[in-house]
Amino acid sequence: MSVIYLLISISIIVAIVFLYAFLRAVKTGQYDDDYTPSVRMLFDDELVKGSGKKELPTSKKENIQTKIKTKII
Amino acid sequence: MNTSQCFHCGNEVVKKEEILFDDRSFCCNGCKTVYEIFSQNDLSCYYDFQANPGATPQDIKGKYDFLANENIVDKLLEFKENSTHIVSLYIPHIHCSSCIWILENLQKLQAGISTSQVNFPEKKVRITYNPEKTSLQEIVEMLCSIGYEPYISLENYDEGKKKVDRSLIYKIGVAFFCFGNIMLLSFPEYFEVNEFWIDQYKDFFRWLIFLLSLPAFIYSASGYYVAAWKSIKQGMLNIEIPIALGIVVMFVRSTVDIVFNYGQGFFDSMCGLIFFMLLGKLFQQKTYDFLSFERDYKSYFPIAITKILPGGKEVAVQVYDIEKGDRLLIRNQELIPVDGILISDSASIDYSFVTGEAVPIEKKSGDKIFAGGKQLGKVIEMEVMFSVSQSYLTQLWSNDVFQKKVEQKHKSITDQISHYFTPALLLLAIISFTYWVFIDVTTAFNVFTAILIVACPCALALTAPFTLGNVLRIMGNRKLYLKNAIVVEQLAKVDTIVFDKTGTITTHKKSAIVQEGIFEESDLVLLKNALRGSNHPLSRRLYDYLPEFPVAAVTHFEETTGKGIQAIVNGKTIKVGSASFVGDAEENQLKQTNVYVSIDGIYTGKFIFDNQYRDGLEELFSQLSKKYEVKVLSGDNEGEKEVLEQLLPKNTELVFNQKPEQKLAFIENLQKQGKNVLMIGDGLNDAGALAQSNVGISISENVNVFSPACDGILDASQFKRIDFFLRYSKNAMITIYMSFCLSLLYNIVGLSFAVSGNLLPIVAAIIMPLSTITIVSFVTIMSNYFARK
Repeated sequence: MSVIYLLISISIIVAIVFLYAFLRAVKTGQYDDDYTPSVRMLFDDELVKGSGKKELPTSKKENIQTKIKTKII
Repeated sequence: MNTSQCFHCGNEVVKKEEILFDDRSFCCNGCKTVYEIFSQNDLSCYYDFQANPGATPQDIKGKYDFLANENIVDKLLEFKENSTHIVSLYIPHIHCSSCIWILENLQKLQAGISTSQVNFPEKKVRITYNPEKTSLQEIVEMLCSIGYEPYISLENYDEGKKKVDRSLIYKIGVAFFCFGNIMLLSFPEYFEVNEFWIDQYKDFFRWLIFLLSLPAFIYSASGYYVAAWKSIKQGMLNIEIPIALGIVVMFVRSTVDIVFNYGQGFFDSMCGLIFFMLLGKLFQQKTYDFLSFERDYKSYFPIAITKILPGGKEVAVQVYDIEKGDRLLIRNQELIPVDGILISDSASIDYSFVTGEAVPIEKKSGDKIFAGGKQLGKVIEMEVMFSVSQSYLTQLWSNDVFQKKVEQKHKSITDQISHYFTPALLLLAIISFTYWVFIDVTTAFNVFTAILIVACPCALALTAPFTLGNVLRIMGNRKLYLKNAIVVEQLAKVDTIVFDKTGTITTHKKSAIVQEGIFEESDLVLLKNALRGSNHPLSRRLYDYLPEFPVAAVTHFEETTGKGIQAIVNGKTIKVGSASFVGDAEENQLKQTNVYVSIDGIYTGKFIFDNQYRDGLEELFSQLSKKYEVKVLSGDNEGEKEVLEQLLPKNTELVFNQKPEQKLAFIENLQKQGKNVLMIGDGLNDAGALAQSNVGISISENVNVFSPACDGILDASQFKRIDFFLRYSKNAMITIYMSFCLSLLYNIVGLSFAVSGNLLPIVAAIIMPLSTITIVSFVTIMSNYFARK
């Protein structure tokens, strides 16, 4: 019994695992919307605390805007 | 005038009405309120992602009362359990990252919402909420108050849960898995044919490849066998037959090869072929999730309406439950769902959905009112004469043309080519087989199979999907959204173009009135009172344009037909009318409609009525009339005939007074004469004509909301580029023909190997992807090149 049988079997099994993961991801609808998540990941803790009059530091604000613009383009 | 922008919605702020709040200027109270709501809830970074992202909230008082009705809510819900309800709402305003952000933070604005998720391409938000803490009505009203009004129509009612067909993606995934692994396992045999190492493991590799090819052969390619079988049954020779034949022959021959130890077979090429062809299918399926091309009256109609019970109680009922004799309450901006009789004193009904005519029609008590109209102004009551399915507008949809599908109407270009290609290929295979049979029987079988393998029209089958898919994308970027690839082919064949008039070559918006000269407020009072007595269309429009003033006594009134009116109001003589009538020397040179005003013999100024025709109309028509037969169909009377004749080229046919059914018949008649008709229309009154025509394109000021069933939706701003789109579709067809030649060239090279009996698996493995890649890059480059012109 040569090691090549073992290695090839492992490589095929790994490939099958990935195929299964892909099919599952499609089935659960993860590929239905391929745009929104790319924008969503850029928001997180950007809630302005307090009175609402406080603003984000300009540099950060611009940073977000450029990030999003690049995304949209 | 200072033109600052509203911080919320980005509209121009009129200085007089500007509202300053928090050092920011707003165009109206609505926008300010939204800003306040957001800043109170720590959500003001809504404005950080995109400048001026908002929309002005509309007045919706009472509009969503029907959501209190549990039966209706049940129909809208996607998921329902005791403490969890999930609803998906379509919100046309979703357009930027700020929208995503605010709509995913709804739980901060309304207790009871646990999560909300935006699907940007579909412009939908999926809200999960707890019905014990809040209700759908509260959520919808809250969304309206921040300017994100959802669009709920009768269509949602029988929609239910849509099943998404993802089988193509599964097939591609499986095919790619097989293709990749097989390629990897085939490599040793490509190069080291006679070495000891490979000899030892050859069988293992081959049988593994055989196993791996099974899913692709059985599952991924299954669509081709079905399509081929269907076309054989119908007696047609479409492209699927040589494809299916090629795949099957490849599989059988390769299996025979490895069983009898002749060679490694063509499993790699087979899986690659299947993968690339499925990829082409996917590429062609460019869909616009946020658009719907199948709209019928249902997407215009409200899901529920207010019914007045005999006791005077108001309840929300489903539109389908309305019966003859019911009394309905129609609010401002609500659509009348059924034909009926007006009970209230008067109503002003906007039939722009049905006729395209933007000017509302006045109705008196006892008048018949038709479904599809929108009430403007105060609340009215009506009595139902027909149920929804029997109303005039709904009846239009029972016409046969709405049952047909585009795919069945036309034959695609690939099918036309394969009509010649398939028999030629089979003939060649048989001839070569007979030739070789006399020399060597084994080679004869080899040659026969090799021909079918190498000629499997992979590149041919890919050309049209990739070109048309790319064209669809490019047109979509330029705001012409076509339903599918076949429409591009049809567009290239068009020789007659029929335009609807109202709403298509004219704008929907009421034409703007510009005033020139200085009018004191007292002058305007005089003018308004003088106009009150006149029935001339221009007087009516000018009257509506002027603000409300107290009524003053008109002591003398005289109207001279074709010239103007003269009146004495508050002791002053006012003349309104044409330049010569008013006594002003300056004549009207431009193609504008002007109304001149003089008071006590002194010229005061004039009102310019902008013509309502779309920009670039004249130029477009003169361009189009060189190459196409151009016609204008109108539901209106002949009032505008002279203006149109002046504006449009001489050979344009103008037809007036056309009812929806007549428009349909008009198109049908043209088609009987052998014409390929492109219909460009808008409102529901064109729906029949759009469905009947070879290509029906509906033009829309706002592509998200209103368009009848059609093959394509054109953004109104792109109206003047129709010429470009037509030319582009023709160039797309040229591209396809050119790459057909290219792929035939590859086929000839491959066939020359096959006929002579030397087709090695490695040659097939090289030619197949190579031809695919060249074809795909060729058509992509060409279609982008033509788009630049």
